[in-house]
Amino acid sequence: MIEYILAVVLFAIGLYGVIVKRNLIKIIIGLMIMEYAVNLFLALIGYRSGGAPPIVEVGKNQIFVDPLPQALVLTAIVIGLGTTALLVSFAVRIFEKYDTFDVRKIRKLRG
Amino acid sequence: MVSALIPLIGLMICGAVIALETKDLLSGIISLGIIGFALTIVFLILQAPDLAIVQIIIETLTLIILIAAVLKTTRKDSIESLKARKVILWVAGLVCVAAFIFASLKAFADISAFGSPVLRMAEYYLSNGVTGTGAVNLVAAIILDFRAYDTLGEATVLFTSVAGVVTVLRKKGRA
Amino acid sequence: MQGMSLIVKKISQIMAPSIFILGMYVVAHGHLTPGGGFAGGVLIAGCFTLLILAYGSSKERSLVFKEKASLIESGGIFLFLFIALLGLIQGTLFFVNIFSRSNPGVPGALFSSGIIPLCNIAIGVEVAAALFAIFITFAIMRFGEKL
Repeated sequence: MIEYILAVVLFAIGLYGVIVKRNLIKIIIGLMIMEYAVNLFLALIGYRSGGAPPIVEVGKNQIFVDPLPQALVLTAIVIGLGTTALLVSFAVRIFEKYDTFDVRKIRKLRG
Repeated sequence: MVSALIPLIGLMICGAVIALETKDLLSGIISLGIIGFALTIVFLILQAPDLAIVQIIIETLTLIILIAAVLKTTRKDSIESLKARKVILWVAGLVCVAAFIFASLKAFADISAFGSPVLRMAEYYLSNGVTGTGAVNLVAAIILDFRAYDTLGEATVLFTSVAGVVTVLRKKGRA
Repeated sequence: MQGMSLIVKKISQIMAPSIFILGMYVVAHGHLTPGGGFAGGVLIAGCFTLLILAYGSSKERSLVFKEKASLIESGGIFLFLFIALLGLIQGTLFFVNIFSRSNPGVPGALFSSGIIPLCNIAIGVEVAAALFAIFITFAIMRFGEKL
């Protein structure tokens, strides 16, 4: 149970980063920490004590870990990279136009 | 080996705190690498080799992209000012985080203990995986035969993100 | 962008073919060993990224790489959709594993489990080209030029 609580604490640290920080790169870092925490939590849910990786050897009777959360996390990791790349490209374009990463100054300059 | 889980997740929490609080943006991004590589070892301990292979290379590529973006723009963090606004923002942030942790602890009363999952949906996949598809790797059988629509959705999302990146960072044709 | 020193160039020249063949092996044996389309695809993308980082490339050549990578990525998705539509053509539903229904092979052999190796190859090609396109776009971006 304490592993679940630690995963939720990691998610909460990422959430704190998104709410409080005012540098765009720090906000992106907070989003990435949240995404790592969610993948970690999903992989923790599917673990079975004494289980083996879900590769079946025909003829032997084994205990496997749950393969369904692994299938979910496998695509989630690659999608996370796509999302991060798009966010970073937006941040780079904003820096090119306003010459700062600070979200308060970006809000002030309009037009 | 499962007893090594708690120190590793503790290392990830330390890395996350360092990544958010440091004044130099490049140091923050390199601290993000601590979390990613520790997550790879955690995936190996949790008997998930597919995830470990994908995670370590995607972590390296993410670090490359972020360092390229930071080195070409700026390395300094934004300077704080206006003490009153800073205190209000910190208090609001801590209240939100505390509410989230409290709500999730309430929800943990329904989750089964660590190490003995419920396996309601996986019973069918574990017993009919090899005979239904003929594949020995159950994770590949799930993502490409039983739940292939999710893989189609993932391919679409990856294609959309690449189209977005290539369009936003182009050099000509601005209106 | 410019390349790195001579030692890095030599070592990446030795390592890159091994990583490429490992990536293709992981894609092809996706239904027998851990891995599959996603893991092999990111390995191949990592191999090409290593070569570009070590040797550097000029701006014109990078633009050619970006165009080709986008094209190959679209081809990968079309291949995946075509394999999925084979079920509709045959008379059953979308995404049905038609080869596994008609003649199932021996579980554990290389030529078994129907559609799954073909889908793995399509996904591997698509993910490798997509990640390489993202990397090369970030490598050639530059500021201070008139847009």
